[in-house]
Amino acid sequence: MDARTRVEELLRGAFPGDELSVEDRTGGGDHFQVSVASPRFDGLSLVEQHRLVYDALADPLADGTIHELRIKTKGAA
Amino acid sequence: MKDQIKEIIEGEDVALFMKGTPQFVMCGNSQRALDALRRAGAPVTAVDILPDPQIRQELSALSGWPTIPQVFVRGELIGGADIVDELEASGELQRKLEEKLGQDYRNGEVRTVALAG
Repeated sequence: MDARTRVEELLRGAFPGDELSVEDRTGGGDHFQVSVASPRFDGLSLVEQHRLVYDALADPLADGTIHELRIKTKGAA
Repeated sequence: MKDQIKEIIEGEDVALFMKGTPQFVMCGNSQRALDALRRAGAPVTAVDILPDPQIRQELSALSGWPTIPQVFVRGELIGGADIVDELEASGELQRKLEEKLGQDYRNGEVRTVALAG
C-alpha cells in the first residue's frame, strides 16, 4: 500500500462516511494535504478539529511516513 | 529543557516554535506561520527547534501537538501553520490577540530566544 492510500484509509476509518480527500503534494509520498468535512467537528475549535485528524494519523506521523501534513477541516453545520 | 520550554509558552505574549529563525527560516510552514503573525502585527518570540531534537520532543509532549510550527498566545496553543493562516485570513487571529494581549498589542516586534541544552 502506498503512503497516500494508507493515510486515506486511516482517515476513512476515523471519519466513516464523511467527505475527505488526501493529496500527495509533491508526489514523493510524504507531503500531504488532507481535507475532512465531518459533523464530528461541529462545535469544536480548530485546534480540537486538527487534533482529531492528528489522532487518526498518529502512526504515520510517529513513524516518519508523513514528513509534512497540511490540514483543512470543516464541520457539517 | 522542559522547564525552559514551559516558561516560554507561559511567559511570552506570542511564542512561535519553528524550524530555523525569522532571519533564516528552514521550512515553508514555519514561514507561513511567521508571515501570518507578522501581518497581524503580533509581537513574536521565536524559538528554533532545530539545534537540539530534544526541544521538539519536549515541546510536543507538553502541547500534545505533533507538528512544527506551533504558536502559543499567553500559554494557549493556537495551532500550526494551517490554523494560524486560516485565523489570520478570517480576522480571528487579530481578535484573539486583542482579547489576550489588549487592543494595542501591535508592535510587530520579532525576537529570537535560543534554548540551551
